[in-house]
Amino acid sequence: MKTIQLPLKEEDIRNLHAGDAVLLNGTIYTARDAAHKKLVEMIENHEPLPFDLHGATIYYVGPTPARSGQVIGSSGPTTSSRMDPYVKTLAECGMKGMIGKGRRSDEVKQAIKDHEMIYFVCAGGVGALLSHCIIKREMVAFEELLAEAVTKLEVKDFPCFVGCDIDGNDIYDLEEEA
Amino acid sequence: MKEINVNQITEAIASMAADIACIYDPAVFSAIQKASSNERDEKSKTVMDMLLKNAEIAQKERIPLCQDTGLMIVWLHVGQDVHFVGGNINEAVNEGVRKGYTENYLRASSVDDPLYDRKNTKDNTPAILYTDFIEGDHVEIEVMAKGFGSENKSALKMLTPADGEEGVKKFVLETIKNAGPNACPPFVVGVGIGGTFDLCAKLSKEAMLRSIDHSNPDPRYKALEDTLLEEANALKIGPMGFHGATTALKIQIKQAPTHIAGLPVAVNICCHVCRHAKKVIS
Repeated sequence: MKTIQLPLKEEDIRNLHAGDAVLLNGTIYTARDAAHKKLVEMIENHEPLPFDLHGATIYYVGPTPARSGQVIGSSGPTTSSRMDPYVKTLAECGMKGMIGKGRRSDEVKQAIKDHEMIYFVCAGGVGALLSHCIIKREMVAFEELLAEAVTKLEVKDFPCFVGCDIDGNDIYDLEEEA
Repeated sequence: MKEINVNQITEAIASMAADIACIYDPAVFSAIQKASSNERDEKSKTVMDMLLKNAEIAQKERIPLCQDTGLMIVWLHVGQDVHFVGGNINEAVNEGVRKGYTENYLRASSVDDPLYDRKNTKDNTPAILYTDFIEGDHVEIEVMAKGFGSENKSALKMLTPADGEEGVKKFVLETIKNAGPNACPPFVVGVGIGGTFDLCAKLSKEAMLRSIDHSNPDPRYKALEDTLLEEANALKIGPMGFHGATTALKIQIKQAPTHIAGLPVAVNICCHVCRHAKKVIS
């Protein structure tokens, strides 16, 4: 198990391999379908973005509302492939990490190589467990999108696996372990 | 004639919505425990243990098992001697969903228009409502909270009678394979066979209302469920797609009469958080 401090450093990205179990610590931003559409439109229109994408890690999540006293509600990953069409544009703006679940397109895997990024996967359907690893949450943009709003999260020992690495390896294509 | 106040329907739906979001169906939970103890692959074992730990936290702290608390599908089986009083029954159903979701911190995941506006309705309404009539003076309410990671990987095909059992098996396994890691395996899979294009899809969903410790009452369909389960697990998709032992926890088939020219088959994929409940109002 490797512990990774975010934002991702170049040497971390080079040393992470598909299948590695990692614990993420530091800042991540949440964005899913509707927020990606808006971010890419803003980039295309040369508008200022609500947060700095340079070095950023984006988590594909739409949490449930928090009860009083909770930082966040249930907050597991959503299916990453729906965000595939937006990855190249965000990568060109400096995004370095993505967290979600499921397979990525060949185009995304190419962008991961070209822009030296990492795709992390975490288990789906364990949102209650993962909520315990999120220690701080701030609204960043698109509050009207409710669960789909962009928020800034502070994570502590957030459990993931490396899904796709810069050498083109994919966790879902690895052989079964003995 | 028995009078039933629609508020009872509202309250029943709200309380079932709250419970199924945070508490695994006991039969599903036992199946996950069993699958976890059978798992040898290291990553898959890690995932299965996370599912069990997640269940414990969700139930204890009333945090939903999954952030996708789903669209709510409601079946009202209405006794033919029932007279609803106290308001509009359709509105009472939606009020149950509204109350269940907004008062219990469940996610509003419904958009008003599918193609253009896509504006969140903020209270997870409208419910998808199916009604039918039964004998008696009571109402049976069944609910399912269906997430879309798995719904998106579901499929329907109009086979022909010549395709037969082999055709059905091929299509079910293809659909499971295509669902792959994206739809959060281990799955519960609902299979509808027969009816029309629309009924077949509904059958596939209703098949999953049956508890996973029960099989199709017809021994031929039960045998098909068992064979499909074995073959689904042989696909080695495994928990979260890490190639472990359990790809599916159960295959549930529901069949219905169909046309002489047809053999419709629908495959409704559900993730391991297979959420449904039933209440009887009398």
